[in-house]
Amino acid sequence: MQFSPTPLHIPDGFLSIAISAICWAITIVTLGLAISKTNKALGEKQVPLMGVMAAFVFAAQMINFPVAGGTSGHLLGGALASIVLGPWAGMLVMTAVIAVQALLFQDGGLLVMGANILNMGLVTAAIGYGLYRGVASQSKAVKLGVAGVAAWLSVMAGALLTALQLWLSGTSQLTIVIPAMLGVHVLIGLGEAFITVAALSFILQTRPDLLGEDSESAKGGRGWVLAGGVIALAVVLLSPFASTNPDGLNRVAMDLGFFQTAQSGVGPLAGYAVPFLNSATASKIAAGIIGVIVAGVIALLIGRGMKSQISNRKSPISSPQSPISNRRS
Amino acid sequence: MHFDAFDRYHDKQSFLHRLDPRVKALVTVIYIASNALLPDGAWLAFVGAWIFLLAANLLSQLGIGYTFKRSIIALPFALIAVTVLFSMPGKPLSSFFFLAWDFTITDMGLLRFVSILIRSWLSVQMAILLVAATRFPDLIHALEHLRVPAILTTIIAFLYRYLFVLTDEVFRLLRARESRSAAVAGNRSGGGVLWRAKVAGNMAGQLFLRSYERSDRIYNAMLSRGYSGHLYTLNPHEMKPGDYYVTAFAIAVIFIVQVLGRL
Repeated sequence: MQFSPTPLHIPDGFLSIAISAICWAITIVTLGLAISKTNKALGEKQVPLMGVMAAFVFAAQMINFPVAGGTSGHLLGGALASIVLGPWAGMLVMTAVIAVQALLFQDGGLLVMGANILNMGLVTAAIGYGLYRGVASQSKAVKLGVAGVAAWLSVMAGALLTALQLWLSGTSQLTIVIPAMLGVHVLIGLGEAFITVAALSFILQTRPDLLGEDSESAKGGRGWVLAGGVIALAVVLLSPFASTNPDGLNRVAMDLGFFQTAQSGVGPLAGYAVPFLNSATASKIAAGIIGVIVAGVIALLIGRGMKSQISNRKSPISSPQSPISNRRS
Repeated sequence: MHFDAFDRYHDKQSFLHRLDPRVKALVTVIYIASNALLPDGAWLAFVGAWIFLLAANLLSQLGIGYTFKRSIIALPFALIAVTVLFSMPGKPLSSFFFLAWDFTITDMGLLRFVSILIRSWLSVQMAILLVAATRFPDLIHALEHLRVPAILTTIIAFLYRYLFVLTDEVFRLLRARESRSAAVAGNRSGGGVLWRAKVAGNMAGQLFLRSYERSDRIYNAMLSRGYSGHLYTLNPHEMKPGDYYVTAFAIAVIFIVQVLGRL
């Protein structure tokens, strides 16, 4: 059994708390939307469908093919999942895959899972689905070609985002991390594109109904075409700019207020006491407030513990048994 | 393949194993967040966090070095942080010439690099311990109690439940490809890279169809047994008094570690 970790799964410790929090916020909002949309579209049937599809993406990543010099290519699956399942379901499926990779195999961290989901699940689904939807009414060759480009771009977008997050966290130097990440993923993206195209053409041949106009995947509107197109365009424009002109990106970050101190060197938000606060007094006040909150939480937990201890003593029968296990006996 | 072939759980009757899974999940996340918040070079706090980890290892009866042995997994990613060695401004420690560039390692760069590695190394070990001392289905229930949307936890539960089934399917596909890839000795079988990618893609498509049709059958089977959108469990998952105390104690210790890091 082999799981080849890709450089896209960021482990804990490599992103700053502030960047992790921002990524979590974006991820949570998007997933909230995805959950309400799929609830409406699929109802109770969505659980087994998406659950097994998540297992499919996980298992499909094990299908590898030898490329050269002992390396092998395999699928990441974000674009494929969103094209065949629709964008929202694709996002949920990828989220489950990334969550299990992090929880069970430590392939990617827990605190940075928001960033990993954003990079490998949400953005890949938006690009994959958006570009594909734009040409859904065209001929098969055009559809497959665009799907391939979308799959390649989705991997590049994930790599670019990962690189930017690492840089903003002060973990890597911009001039090196962007060309390195993009360079590695040009090839990984090509593998992704070939497998996605071949898988899609196989599905179009054997079960065209799954990708037809009445299918789940055809329910996305123009908004997706726009969103996918804009993100793809941003990747296409930003990648060469960032690789050839990192100083320009530094400049933009500085203008946007990411950099707090000139000395922090590699990254903004690098030399903080409490994130976002750099003045000594503000930091002290914040530390005081945090201390009070922590003490409060500890007191609350001890209180809850004592309360449940007392209620346990009063009624020993009622508490540890659930109604279901009672019914069994 | 057995249904729990993927679980990293090690069955023991330890203190840590008996703790409520939500306590373990919560404390793990707080611990990892605390590591991320520690400033560079807070050696005393790093040692404190490490002792916390070792104590947890001991309490799990898995052996004090259990997570250390498996923590190598996070190492390859360290490569990505190497650049801070050279890019942080500070006192030059050593410099060398490689290809066309001069590299100078600075003291601040070294400090930051080592700090990033320590944070990552401590965090990944706690995550390893979490799944070693908690059954994965229990962990999923804990997430649900911690307000992760039910739909997500159920998808994850299904992913876990059917992963071994689909992995068997993948192995059948791989074996079929293997058995049809005969080659004369000294020659490689099959066509070029493109052709190989196409075959892999077709196999992914085939796997998709089999999974899709299987999910239909699973749904029908669930309906026939009265499925109405909820999954039930016999495990009551109730917090015991001790669970609250342990959480309070762990948070207090982690807070002390934070204070140590800022002295």
